[in-house]
Amino acid sequence: MTTTIARGTSDSPVRSLRGGRRPPRELLFRIALQASLGIAISFLAVLLGYVLWTGLPRLDADLLLNMPSTLRPETAGAQSAIMGTLWVITLTALITVPIGVMSAIYLEEYADPTRWWNKVLDINIQNLAAVPSIVYGILGLGVIARGLGLGLTVLSAAITLSLLVLPVVIIAGREAIRAVPNSIRFGSLALGATKWQTIWKQVLPAAVPGTATGSILALSRAIGEAAPLLLLGALAYISFNPDGVLSQFTVLPVQIYDFIKQSREDFVPLASAAICVLLVILLVMNSLAIYLRNKFQRRW
Amino acid sequence: MTPLTQHVESRFPALSQSEAREAALTIAGQDTPGPSPVSVPSPVFEMSDVSVYYDHYQAVRNVDLPVARREITALIGPSGCGKSTILRCFNRMNDLVPGARVTGKITFHDEDLYADYVDPIEVRRRIGMVFQKPNPFPKSIYDNVAYGPRVNGVKKGLDEIVEQALRGAALWDETKDKLTESALALSGGQQQRLCIARTIAVQPEVILMDEPCSALDPIATSKIEDLMHDLAEDFTIVIVTHNMQQAARVSDRTAFFTADVDDAGVRHGRLVEFDKTATIFSNPSDRRTEDYITGRFG
Repeated sequence: MTTTIARGTSDSPVRSLRGGRRPPRELLFRIALQASLGIAISFLAVLLGYVLWTGLPRLDADLLLNMPSTLRPETAGAQSAIMGTLWVITLTALITVPIGVMSAIYLEEYADPTRWWNKVLDINIQNLAAVPSIVYGILGLGVIARGLGLGLTVLSAAITLSLLVLPVVIIAGREAIRAVPNSIRFGSLALGATKWQTIWKQVLPAAVPGTATGSILALSRAIGEAAPLLLLGALAYISFNPDGVLSQFTVLPVQIYDFIKQSREDFVPLASAAICVLLVILLVMNSLAIYLRNKFQRRW
Repeated sequence: MTPLTQHVESRFPALSQSEAREAALTIAGQDTPGPSPVSVPSPVFEMSDVSVYYDHYQAVRNVDLPVARREITALIGPSGCGKSTILRCFNRMNDLVPGARVTGKITFHDEDLYADYVDPIEVRRRIGMVFQKPNPFPKSIYDNVAYGPRVNGVKKGLDEIVEQALRGAALWDETKDKLTESALALSGGQQQRLCIARTIAVQPEVILMDEPCSALDPIATSKIEDLMHDLAEDFTIVIVTHNMQQAARVSDRTAFFTADVDDAGVRHGRLVEFDKTATIFSNPSDRRTEDYITGRFG
């Protein structure tokens, strides 16, 4: 059987069904894709623009140098909240990254995926990543702040946020470890390296970019969380910076929430300015993620 | 004493040696169309009645195969005949495949490779392996070659070891000025020679090669083949290849594998014939070998 393929030329109109239909559909699809992207980006642009516009009058040195105050919004700052955020997120990172990476190594390299308990673990980690953050707040209040008696401290906040981001870090770590080709593992083992040497010297270095990126992005999510810490009972208007892990503290999202709760309109620019600070911290962290990823990739 | 005789003797210790030999001959006779066991001078490995299972699937059955010292032994045969599986038995890489199981006996210098006390890590230090696809580590050329000695605890004289290994793999002249550059920037053929250098840096006694040239162009292939000739002066080499001409060019002895299809339609690899390469290619004793090497199937 012979088939003739209809080709569109200038003098004969295209009669082939395929040739006639495909272009418009592809074009429509492409427009739909671009429109989706456009909607997403314009939302972001409007939000950022609005926050920057309203916050501009209060983006000054006072914001960084002064403590929060309910009395004088025109000179009040957010220093204790900024410092609190940095303290909490650093401690969260110190808790999360080692535990998350080790869990990921265990699950990828040691656990037998055919065993039912490992399957249960796997599903539960996926589910935990989707649990609303306020649930972790309840856990933090009940078990960490009250049960362990850590109270409302940097440490209990960091542990609570660690629980929140740990599943995401584990999942990111597992994906990074899984992305390391088996040929690298076999190459190492065939040279007489032990399993531990193979993991430590080959798999982990190759998985660093992915793990670092995933961890930092997860921490970025934690940094913006107000709900679990509000539930934990984080205070606003704290007039001192944390001086240790057992210090009282406040964080930016909680402080912003409290600024906005105030009835006086002067607090709106202050809240927007504080949001800008939070965004800058997020931007720095995400840039760090990209930098780390590129740096380690270049070394290959 | 042939491996099969040894095997029979080990299974039936009550038999005298002559009785064992006789029994072995009987078994070998019954086992047609399997090959009669062949002995080689100063064997490094001896496989007797080795079968490999993946879960319940028997991938290769009843292989008797000796490997001679400082020779190149080629394993040839069509796809799915189990030659790579057999190769991976020699350095216990099959241990890494979930569900893989090896039965029968494989000795390395008369020591049972699969005895309980044997440490697979130690086995792989003595028996190196080069893979089908070049798999350099994402590190510098130097670090690739130094990796094996380092994990084996060598701290001093690494520079010299690296140079010797790269020279041994005929890669020194091309890489001596860029040792700190990434190994991934090398060409495919260079990467494969780097993998060979990496392997000989550990000073193994045996190098197993699993289709080392199948991802390379003809020029890179001929360089590796030349290299294998040189390496055979110091190492025992077992190479799996799809390429019959390659087996004919490089090897001293050739084992021809094929796959039987059983009643259920399942393929099982088996060894058909093992002999000197010249004999296999000029005067094979089995019809299937002849068909394969003359290109009638496979």
